[in-house]
Amino acid sequence: MRVALFVTCLVDLFRPSAGFAAVKLLERLGAEVLVPPAQTCCGQPAYNSGDFNTARELARPLIDALAFYDHVVVPSGSCAGMLITHYPELFKAEPLWQAKAETLAARTRELSAFLAEHGGDDFIDASFAGKVAMHDACSARRELGVLAQPRALLDKVSGLERVELKDAEACCGFGGTFCVKYPDISGRMVSDKAEAVAASGADLLVSGDIGCLMNIAGRLKRMGSPVRVYHLAEVLAGMTEAPAIGEPDKP
Amino acid sequence: MKPTAHAFSANAHRALHDRTLQQALAKAGVGFVDKRRAAIDSLPEFQALREAGKRIKDHTLANLDHYLLRFEQQVMASGGSVHWAESPEQACAAVLDICKQANAKMVAKGKSMVGEEIAINDALESAGFEVVETDLGEYIIQIAHEPPSHIIAPAVHKTRGQIAELFEKLHHQSGLTRPLQTVPQIVDEARQVLREKFLAADVGITGANFLIAETGSTVIVTNEGNGDLSATLPRMHIVLASIEKVVPTLEDTSVLLRLLARSATGQEITSYTTFFTGPRRADDPDGPEQFHVVLVDNGRSRMLGGDYHEMLRCIRCGACLNHCPVYSAVGGHAYGWVYPGPMGAVLTPLMVGLQEGRPLPNASTLCGRCEEVCPMSIPLPKLLREHRRQEFAQRLTPPRARWALAAWAFFARRPELYRQATRIVIKLLNLLAGGKGRFRSLLFAQAWTAARDLPAPQGDTFMAQWKQGKRS
Amino acid sequence: MSDSRAAILARISRSLAHEAAADAPEILQRIEAHARGPQPQWEASPRERFIEKLEKVVGTWAEVASKENIAQAVADYLAGQNLPQRLCVAPHPLLEGITWPDGFQAERRRAVGEDRVSLAVAFCAIAETGSLVLLAGPDSPTTLNFLPDDFLCVLPENRILPRMEDAWALLREERGAMPRATNIVTGPSRTADVEQTIQLGAHGPRRLHVLLLQGGA
Repeated sequence: MRVALFVTCLVDLFRPSAGFAAVKLLERLGAEVLVPPAQTCCGQPAYNSGDFNTARELARPLIDALAFYDHVVVPSGSCAGMLITHYPELFKAEPLWQAKAETLAARTRELSAFLAEHGGDDFIDASFAGKVAMHDACSARRELGVLAQPRALLDKVSGLERVELKDAEACCGFGGTFCVKYPDISGRMVSDKAEAVAASGADLLVSGDIGCLMNIAGRLKRMGSPVRVYHLAEVLAGMTEAPAIGEPDKP
Repeated sequence: MKPTAHAFSANAHRALHDRTLQQALAKAGVGFVDKRRAAIDSLPEFQALREAGKRIKDHTLANLDHYLLRFEQQVMASGGSVHWAESPEQACAAVLDICKQANAKMVAKGKSMVGEEIAINDALESAGFEVVETDLGEYIIQIAHEPPSHIIAPAVHKTRGQIAELFEKLHHQSGLTRPLQTVPQIVDEARQVLREKFLAADVGITGANFLIAETGSTVIVTNEGNGDLSATLPRMHIVLASIEKVVPTLEDTSVLLRLLARSATGQEITSYTTFFTGPRRADDPDGPEQFHVVLVDNGRSRMLGGDYHEMLRCIRCGACLNHCPVYSAVGGHAYGWVYPGPMGAVLTPLMVGLQEGRPLPNASTLCGRCEEVCPMSIPLPKLLREHRRQEFAQRLTPPRARWALAAWAFFARRPELYRQATRIVIKLLNLLAGGKGRFRSLLFAQAWTAARDLPAPQGDTFMAQWKQGKRS
Repeated sequence: MSDSRAAILARISRSLAHEAAADAPEILQRIEAHARGPQPQWEASPRERFIEKLEKVVGTWAEVASKENIAQAVADYLAGQNLPQRLCVAPHPLLEGITWPDGFQAERRRAVGEDRVSLAVAFCAIAETGSLVLLAGPDSPTTLNFLPDDFLCVLPENRILPRMEDAWALLREERGAMPRATNIVTGPSRTADVEQTIQLGAHGPRRLHVLLLQGGA
């Protein structure tokens, strides 16, 4: 099983350890993990800014770069949603590219969805003694319907107690460029989310999306909250020894 | 109303720092969400109804001209008249004509969002008519000289204290000096004041939730009963309705009614659902002598079959407002025109122009909760993104944003260059963070760091480490 | 005005690529079919369901054994609410020839602003939502439904139908056409416009009392 990892820009730039955690988990499933070198960004910032031409210009080489694998796995609901839901829409006026986009979409999965689909009972070999809250990226929850899978995976981590957030359906306020275009509104939304995290009693917050996590971790740190923040893959791969998002290199 | 949608950022900033407004919004938000949830959870057929409702609207829109003509024919057959208006000006002129012919002095108005859209109150008042809003929420904002901040709860931004103050100021002049501390006291006083207006009004204006082609009926749903009094006591009844409100039959209306009340207030049905069909009959003991329907287009016929076609399915339940994190944070006035929230962010640029309305479609994380709760399954995020596409195509996007996007795309299109450049930036950022793992502030990132720290990158990019053979 | 009518219709027809017609066969068939959407299901009988839903919206009710007992049921209600023995009554055949107790002032007419209590007869009721259906007409002035503080409504038990669609079928069968106003009334008037706090009696009746007439009309 040849699996292409589409790392996504935020994991590539800000949280490589989440990428390595994803590789580790995929390899435990027996996959041969490849990282196509031609990848950069899926084009979502351009797409959501209304610059569909640039989005298409970025999508075409990525569609080609990811074409020859059994599966494409993305450690982000937002970027996976772009490939799965929006690429076919983006090329609706170009039948050839639309067909290619649909082929790619059919092979592409968000990481936790892929792991839940292909993983047996014993591929997770991690433990964490404490309470963990899962935050769902809006795109994972609503575009991809990824909701049960990350929870089922977390339940396989020994010692881990899962808690749910109040108003879990609410957006954290990241929204790509939204967080810098409308900082006051985004600030309010992430405050509400961070309050919900703090109130949940969780020791750890996880999510499948680094965008949400940087946003919520940044707010938790600003509040002086002790809750530590990791990508879901890092917890599943037993990599919680490393500093959490926004934490100093050395304790 | 003069739109201030272009100033959304400033409006939103003010709203976020308005403590009274924030109190009012906090009270309203959860109530709507919980009540809708409970109502839908207790109706297993809801999803099936939702699909049926969408099919009804899609079918009607695909035959809109036929159905409008059928509706018109049936209104006339029941003794009413139909007036067609392309623009707000034409719609106001039609209403003014009817009022003048009736030698009217006072107009009692039921809640109508199309009425807000065409600014009928201003038109009537400028022409010398007295207009009284009779829905309690609308009455409150009328005496406060404000527009509605929610399409079904127009005064949701007002606290009890503010309402009491408004009443005291106005009603004292007419000799009412009872205490106004409690909600019942406030509601009773409004009942007393408005009752006299209903009885004195010459013309009643109401909106319409649906127009029924089969029977020529117009439908309103209310809880207070003000719409019914406005339509029953005065000599004339004028219905303001936009053209997409038409549905084929009474049975179709029943499907949509089941969706509307649950999505709006979490009720199974509102207290009063009324079907008006023509003026009073020869042997009727009450009811208006004339029945007029003013059909308002105002850009809707242009939406038909176009990029925003699906917005025409909207039944104005307000669920998208109630579930929108942006609306919940800033309230309706920040949106700067008649329709707030996600549905407003789609409609406003279409009705007042993209130049004026351009911040609204941008002020969204595209989280998709609006689409999820929309009883008509309108793909609101897709429509918001479509506005952004047109904004970009028309070069209305601010130059700084265009430039940033172009610079980023330049690198993203060149993987090798992108790797080198991002690696330099990441290493630099990591150095700047000095092992602290985050920034409390950072040049060019103040928008981010105003409310939260910026987590620092881990040291090197994933791609560089992978290339060097690192595997875990 | 007719110019705007033509312009609006022309734009719509162009977009839909057909010619507008009030009697287009595809819409006439669609209308004539009176097709129902998904019908909510429940276990209870229509009567049980109606009462459950009526109570949920704070409507009250009393059983009336026969037409002869209506006057007593009204008197009981007025006494219970401490109201004067004065009311306006719909000129409905069912309410004809009622012998009101001594001292009662019952006038058969439409309501005016001063009326405190009214009595009407429902055309039918909808069990699904606990709603009354009233049809405006000589025997059912609409003002009775909305102006007084206390609205009393006689509902013959055999006219409780399961759903709104059943009311439409009955209306077509018995009346043929829609009256000026068809009121579906579900509980008393209410508002939540002040701080989302529900308050009864906004503009319409503060109380709704249903007299369930056994055995029907």
